[in-house]
Amino acid sequence: MIVPIDLWFRVHDLVETYGRFLDDDRLEAWVELFAEDCRYEIVSRENRDQNLPLSLMLCDNKDMLRDRIFSLREANIYNIHRDCHVIGLVRATREGAEPIQATAAYSLFQSNQEGDSRLFSVGRYELDLVDTDDGLRIQRQIVVVDTGAIPTLLATPI
Amino acid sequence: MTATLRGHDQATYTFPEADCSRIPYGLYRDAEIYALEQRLIFRGPVWNVLALEAEIPQPGDFRVVAVGDTPVIVNRAKDGSVHAMVNRCAHRGSTVQRALHGNCKVHTCCYHQWSFDLTGKLVGVPFQKGLNGAGGLPPDFDKAEHGLETVRVAILNGVIFGTFSEETEPLEAYLGPLFTHQIQRLFHKPIRVLGYQRQRIFGNWKLYTDNLRDPNHGGLLHMFQITFGIARLSGTGGAKMDADGKHNLSWAAQGGRSEAEAETPAGAGYGDTGRGDMKIKLRDPSMLRYFKEFPDDLTLAISSLFPGGALQQIGNTLAVRQIRTRSADEFDIVSTFFGYEDDDEALARHRLRKANLAGPAGLVSMEDGEAVELVHRAIVRDGDRHSVVEFGGRGPIKDQENLISDVPMRGFWLHYCKLMGVTPGAPQ
Repeated sequence: MIVPIDLWFRVHDLVETYGRFLDDDRLEAWVELFAEDCRYEIVSRENRDQNLPLSLMLCDNKDMLRDRIFSLREANIYNIHRDCHVIGLVRATREGAEPIQATAAYSLFQSNQEGDSRLFSVGRYELDLVDTDDGLRIQRQIVVVDTGAIPTLLATPI
Repeated sequence: MTATLRGHDQATYTFPEADCSRIPYGLYRDAEIYALEQRLIFRGPVWNVLALEAEIPQPGDFRVVAVGDTPVIVNRAKDGSVHAMVNRCAHRGSTVQRALHGNCKVHTCCYHQWSFDLTGKLVGVPFQKGLNGAGGLPPDFDKAEHGLETVRVAILNGVIFGTFSEETEPLEAYLGPLFTHQIQRLFHKPIRVLGYQRQRIFGNWKLYTDNLRDPNHGGLLHMFQITFGIARLSGTGGAKMDADGKHNLSWAAQGGRSEAEAETPAGAGYGDTGRGDMKIKLRDPSMLRYFKEFPDDLTLAISSLFPGGALQQIGNTLAVRQIRTRSADEFDIVSTFFGYEDDDEALARHRLRKANLAGPAGLVSMEDGEAVELVHRAIVRDGDRHSVVEFGGRGPIKDQENLISDVPMRGFWLHYCKLMGVTPGAPQ
């Protein structure tokens, strides 16, 4: 069932914040958009369609998510770039006391230091959201990437 | 360019050292060299990794893969035998099988509905005799002469290899005992495919085969394991090759640290790079655990098989990689991750979590995409200048008992030169 408009607005606000935090390199703040008990996964359309369980990135608890970001900051070397998420209309539904389910298509563009932009990834977010004392949080997210052939490498989350 | 390719090749790009310790940049950028490689390397006397039998378990199952940049169908015929053929219609050159994978009785080209059986034979041509005596193919048209081009197949423990050349030696001789063993080791019992990862890198494919044969970069570029105190270059490891030096096994072993390493303070050898500090800890290191599953102590074993194949064991993360070239300036890495049919739930989950280390988003591998592109970009000009390959010493190729070496790169290039008809170190 489609959620009421006030709740839809809060979902929309969370999804907008999600993209903006990533684009502004506020990766630690982005992690805090997730619930304490959470799962974040990037899977290719190819694997999803064949019921194959392998992900491109899998954090099945919040510490793994924190470690990912920590590793990007401290250890990993990747293409110097800026992200631009263009997230489509959000659909949010809820059945009884179940988590709110939200989906949205996204496009993620990457630009290098000289301002060369490329479409890095296109796909869809599938989100389970929970209402906490701190507001709506992501309990479970699957990013289904249609762009299964990852251009160059995948460092910053999608 | 009016000079012949060979003339051009020899005049412009030189290997001044017979041991391939200098590699000309031009060989990574030249489109004509790339075209020559398709013929002399990928379609030359080599066994290319095609697929796994577990991907096509039933008669009629197929997958479309590539040898270099040539699209190839791998399928299982009615009698259970595995066949490979170029995915190009013998009629007008159209792509025959449009699906990436599936199951079929025949491969039918959608353009004019020519159909080919699972061994590549042409079995159906609509309106071959025309209609009411008009049109159609000439009466002497022989279907037997118009099958799909076949690729000779050999299988070792469920790993399917293919070759275009009649000259290629038997598979096990091509692999040699070490790499035959590495395949038997990883495929010692039935596997289950866990999924695929694809990565498109905007650089020359040989920059990646070089990367696979350069253990020295492991502890310098890939800092995840160093930063979090999991491994370092001074750990126990090395590189082993076959008799030609064309294949390479980069390995590291479990069992804590070697004596030499125990005496080496953390960060030693890193100079003032600011790297090598091992004081930072992960919040959840559980995915790093290694559940011993092979009789030996290897925790890292990457077998790079000439020309573009690789087998990967990173702890409990197992995969086969295939380089699919697209041009001199672009290639894909296609990885097929697998576990074993008898994995329990905990081990299956562990493999999936540990896959975070490998592939395009791999915590210990993502840097390779960047490194390849950094080199490819910078060597756009000056094709007559050279890469320096001297870690681990000059001269004859031999196995390395440490990781601070790029000798296996030279092994690859010596074999490459042999197949390309170039004599390294020869006066111009």
